[in-house]
Amino acid sequence: MKTPVQFRLNGEDVAAFAESGANLLDVLREVVGDLSVKGGCWQGSCGACTVLIDGAPRLSCLTLAESIAGRSIETAAGLRRGAELHPLQIAFMERFAAQCGYCTSGMLMAAKALLDRNPSPTREDVVEALGGNICRCTGYEPIIQAVLDAASGDRRRRA
Amino acid sequence: MAKHRGRGVATINYPIGMNLGGDPSQALVHSNPTGKFTVTLSSIDLGQGMKSVTRQICAETLGVPVEDVFVDTADSDTGPHCMGSFASRGTHRVGNAVMMAAREARAVMMEAAAEELEVDPADLETDGRGAIHVKGAPHRSIAVRDVAIAAQFRQGRTIAGRGIFLVPLSDVDAETGEMTPATCYAHACFIVEVEVDDETGDVAVLKMTSAYELGRALNPKLVEQQLVGGSWMGMSHALYETPEPYYPDTREGPRDFNEYLMPGPGDICPHDVAVLERPASDGPFGAKGLGEMCANPVLPAVANAIFNAVGVRVNELPITPEKVLRALKARGGAVPARAR
Ligand code: FES
Ligand code: FES
Repeated sequence: MKTPVQFRLNGEDVAAFAESGANLLDVLREVVGDLSVKGGCWQGSCGACTVLIDGAPRLSCLTLAESIAGRSIETAAGLRRGAELHPLQIAFMERFAAQCGYCTSGMLMAAKALLDRNPSPTREDVVEALGGNICRCTGYEPIIQAVLDAASGDRRRRA
Repeated sequence: MAKHRGRGVATINYPIGMNLGGDPSQALVHSNPTGKFTVTLSSIDLGQGMKSVTRQICAETLGVPVEDVFVDTADSDTGPHCMGSFASRGTHRVGNAVMMAAREARAVMMEAAAEELEVDPADLETDGRGAIHVKGAPHRSIAVRDVAIAAQFRQGRTIAGRGIFLVPLSDVDAETGEMTPATCYAHACFIVEVEVDDETGDVAVLKMTSAYELGRALNPKLVEQQLVGGSWMGMSHALYETPEPYYPDTREGPRDFNEYLMPGPGDICPHDVAVLERPASDGPFGAKGLGEMCANPVLPAVANAIFNAVGVRVNELPITPEKVLRALKARGGAVPARAR
């Protein structure tokens, strides 16, 4: 049975028919077509599928699609404004914080959730925020540095 | 019951690519009438930077800006044959093939330019910014784009080149069995500092210090990225990961990320990396390779550091707390190096 779900995705209204019981990850990728969301395990242990639901980082593979009706979802596809990349995306590029890129969307969203609520995180805060995200390639250090760079760049711009 | 610090070292002599002869990769390079070039490969970039490095190699050999080169790869239906991305062979094998193809394409490009400028091809040089001019007379110049257009629409020439790299088979000395198994070697020295908890068997890696000799580093940022990521992978293989914990019995093997352990961002440690460049005579612009070698020396260095810290040799991977505790029990407790 299919259920209609309406929600906001990166600031736009979206309506989709979701198989009842379907998870948000599959609905975003296969029904809505947002391929920026990645699935690594579909069981809540890799963090690749992290999206923001009303600003909070959530694992889309463990989120029932029907439960997001009326809520606001953010994914990596919505990070940039037109041609302008988000400071986190720029910092990830400059720090070479992606290799295969499979974890990158989830890392970006987990990091965005952190910076949105804490614009001046310590290294420990960053490690804590990314603790549920596995990366096979980078050894994490470039990612941690990129998040710290994005935070301090933001502070510089505001100053 | 205490925590013991130890330090371990390992060195590595790493042959690049599959050896004993063979191990071919091919590349094709052609120009488009816009003066841009396409490199066609079927080698796969898994994120290690093959596309960036082959693009640099092609641009440098042709003498054109790197922005004017595109790499079209990873499709074995349309690309020329490649053995694959493994054995740290990408930069060396594929890079050599790209260089050979780009040289052939460059020769045609220079002939076409010579015909347009009515000079001898040997008198021409590229400026690396998209133009070709007469040596010593930069005003007698033609844009690569105009050469490409002339070749396509007037001269009827294909500015294209083919490249292959094949390791010659090494003869075996009938008397001694001696042979040359590899064409070039990279090297590394790796030092790991650990802290071993003799109550829990936990091993924490505190610091890594390494020096890698890998020929010319064609793209230093990508090299650093590989070395940092690869050393973490080595640490993970040494202490955490295994698909077959009770090898050869596969029954208790992990089935998912809940059971297959990988260290997270909280488990890493500072890593001080030094890169030494000694260009290889048979490498593209002197490059060797580093892929697998990033991870390899970490494992013996960790095992040695544990021995240095508590006096036990664990010779099965990964070195889990359980194995450390069993070894400590068999040894009658921790015996740090200075007490031996
Ligand atoms: S796919 Fe959701 S945590 Fe792995
Ligand atoms: S970049 Fe490959 S998993 Fe993180």
